[in-house]
This record gives sequence, C-alpha cells and structure tokens, in this order.
Amino acid sequence: MAREVSVDEVARTVARLCQEANYDLGGDVRERLRQALETEESPAGREILELLMQNADLAAAERVPMCQDTGLAVVFLDIGQEVSLVGGDLTEAVNEGVRRGYREGYLRKSMVEHPLRRKNTGDNTPAVLHTRIVPGDRVRITVAPKGGGSENMSALAMLKPADGEEGVIDFVVGQVERAGPNPCPPVVVGVGIGGNFEMAALLAKRALLRPLGQYSEDPDNARLEREILRRANNLGIGPQGFGGRTTALWVSVETHPAHIVSLPVAVNLNCHAARHKEAVI
Amino acid sequence: MAEISLTTPLSEEGVRELRAGDRVLLSGYIYTARDAAHKRLVELLEAGEDLPIELEGQVIYYVGPTPPKPGQVIGSAGPTTSLRMDPYTPPLLERGLRAMIGKGSRTPAVKEAMREYGAVYFAAIGGAGALIAKCIKEARVVAYEDLGPEAIRRLRVENFPLIVVNDTQGNDLYEEGARRYRIED
Ligand code: SF4
Repeated sequence: MAREVSVDEVARTVARLCQEANYDLGGDVRERLRQALETEESPAGREILELLMQNADLAAAERVPMCQDTGLAVVFLDIGQEVSLVGGDLTEAVNEGVRRGYREGYLRKSMVEHPLRRKNTGDNTPAVLHTRIVPGDRVRITVAPKGGGSENMSALAMLKPADGEEGVIDFVVGQVERAGPNPCPPVVVGVGIGGNFEMAALLAKRALLRPLGQYSEDPDNARLEREILRRANNLGIGPQGFGGRTTALWVSVETHPAHIVSLPVAVNLNCHAARHKEAVI
Repeated sequence: MAEISLTTPLSEEGVRELRAGDRVLLSGYIYTARDAAHKRLVELLEAGEDLPIELEGQVIYYVGPTPPKPGQVIGSAGPTTSLRMDPYTPPLLERGLRAMIGKGSRTPAVKEAMREYGAVYFAAIGGAGALIAKCIKEARVVAYEDLGPEAIRRLRVENFPLIVVNDTQGNDLYEEGARRYRIED
C-alpha cells in the first residue's frame, strides 16, 4: 500500500524551509567561519569574518534574512517510490510553498518571468525543482535559496580525458580566481565531475548540500577536495576579496561515471551565505 | 587600523585624500540605485533633462533590500555586485557623483572616470545584510517608485562600515590585497 502524502504538506514545509534557510545559517558554516578566524592573517580579513558571524547571529535572533539576496528557490525532492502524492499538482504545491514562504517571511522577490523580457514575477516563483524517485515511503525536501552574485560566477567546461586531475584542479581554481571578490568570499565550492553536460552541473549543485567539514567518502575525491581548497586559499583573495588566507571555506566534489571521451567539470560557487535546510515527511 | 568618519555630502578634496584600504564610517544621507534606476538616470542625461536627484557630492549605494518587517526601517540591505552598474557610471561621475558603495571589481573605464572626476568606490560587506540594516535609520522612496525594490531611496545612515577599494590615484584594493597574500605553488 502506498503511503499518502498530501501536497499541501509539501507546500507548508517548503514555505517554512524557505524562511529557515534564509534566517539560520547552518552550524557547519559557522564552525568553518570560526576556524577560518584562527588561521586568517589579514587584520581586515579577521574583522570581516567576525562581522559575518555577528550577522548570522543577528539574522537568526531577529528572524530576518542574513543577506538581502534571498535567492532563487532551488528545491530538491527525493520522493520514496512507495509514496502517493495526493491533493493536487506537486509542482504547483512547491511553487505555492515558495510564494507563501517569501511573502510571509519578508524575503526578496528576485525572479523574472523571461530571461530577456525581465519582468519580475512578484512572488519569487517559479522554483527550480529537482526531483528524484528513491526507495522508501518518505519525501525528503531540501530548499537551497541561491544568490545571484555567486551563481553568476559559476562555470562548466568539457575537458579532455587527458587533462586529468591537473586539468580539473586548474579549471576549478581558475574559476575561483576569475570570480575574485564578486561572489562574496569566503566561498563554498561545489564541484561536479563526470556524467554528461547537464549532470555535471547538477552534481556541482548537489555538492553544495554536503555539510562543510565532511570530505567525500571516495579517497580520490577527498584528495581533490583538499588540494583544490589549498590552492584556492593560496590565491590570496581573502574575505570579501580584500586579501587574506580565507578565500574558500570548503570544497565538495561529487563524481559520476562518464563517457569514454568526456571529462565534464562544473563549478558552482556559493557564498558564505551557504543556505539550505531540509525536512522529511 | 584607524577608521575615518565621513559625513555626506562629500567634497572633492576630501575624497581625493582617501586611499585604497582606508576604513570609513559613513554617516548622513545616501541614495540607493540599481541597474534599472541607473538606466533611467543616464537616459535623462542623454536627453538633456533634469535628474530627480542632485548628484554633486552624493553617494550611491547599490542595494536591493528585502521588504521591511513591521517596525523595521528597511529589510536586510547588503551591497549587490557593482559590475552591472558599470556601463552607466561614468556619466554620473561626470555630474559630480562622489562615491559609490557596492561589492566586486569595477571596469577600467569606471576607474579612469573616478580618477578624472575625483570619486571613490567603497565596498560594503557582501552578505552582511542584517548587520548593515542596523546602520540605516531612515529610508524614503524619492524616485521611480514603480521599480519596487529597485526604486531610488534616500537613506540616512549612521556609521556605515566601508572600505575604500578604488581611490582617485588608480589604486585597487582587490588587486593589491590578493597580491599581498598570494602564495605561489
Ligand atoms: S553572493 Fe551571496 S552573500 Fe553575496 S550578495 Fe549574493 S547571496 Fe548575498
């Protein structure tokens, strides 16, 4: 028997997660900011890290957004195959959740209805929705509001297999360098390697959902994460780009099997306002 | 590091003394404007018409705040990426705009115009929108109300923490800072 989950509950949960994600910076990000404060050599850099921590505390205490760019609402749904979704259209329910969350949470509406005509939709919909069918009878909902400043500094390259690990590292670190101060460093770097063109980008986005401080379980990926982090922090860009040791707080790498002739690599940059919240219903 | 307290309007002489890397606490009235408002201002200038705000000695803050909660003066209000305003900026500097507040690098054309007309570019802390909102004591829409969050607002700020990125001598804190802390592999 399928377990019934009402789409209204999905909408309510999405609305709540939109607000929580924008008000409450994750404990893992705060912990990395604290650690960065110990290693940061630049006086201005240290002061900025402190102010970013104060900002996160203030946002959480006053229930206000940590950043004014409250993002495009990226919503991930992992739907158990034994779940039956009842009571209406699921996509519409997710959008209703975003609409309500952004209105009731006093979040900024940052979506335009057409990329060239650019008229604001007025309610921050539609969400960018990624669904997956998984075993089980639960629905896991993750809301990851994504700011435009860091999203705009993301990139994808179709490397040659011969470029290998060095080619991947150079491309990713090069992208952090090209981004410079624009994505509000210190950044979090999501890297997707393999799959194909569109999958690499999605892997990079999903990599940003992994808690900071947790390396990949694949030892080669973990080594890559360490090396990219080290090289990114040697760039000297520092907090807000004013110079310093802390350019990136963390690097997460996700990989997937690829075609024999392909080595796709995607870099999704996230700012220190690395927001995502999840719930299971 | 010493902090320099400044109050708007800013004089050209005062601005010419600032150097990249200086920390500033800004007080007084400043204006908000983003791409859409900039486009309208420049179109008015090109048509030879009057602007809805006087630019001489003034400061423009690139910000699109969140809606205020009941009882708040303004919502979260950190800087947005300045690059999008670059194509519209030189004509405003020519009209006496003395400073801009945003985040991220400016184009060579904007840096050159800052040198020529005597203006600076300040960075505010990107992503510290909740904290920055505390420095904003008044906010009033003064032009282009139809643009919603992108309307031009007049803000009264107190001790708004800023850092000089580009000064009138051609220095750039982003370039110098990264150079100073870079480690070659
Ligand atoms: S890059 Fe991130 S922290 Fe910076 S303004 Fe955009 S959303 Fe906010």
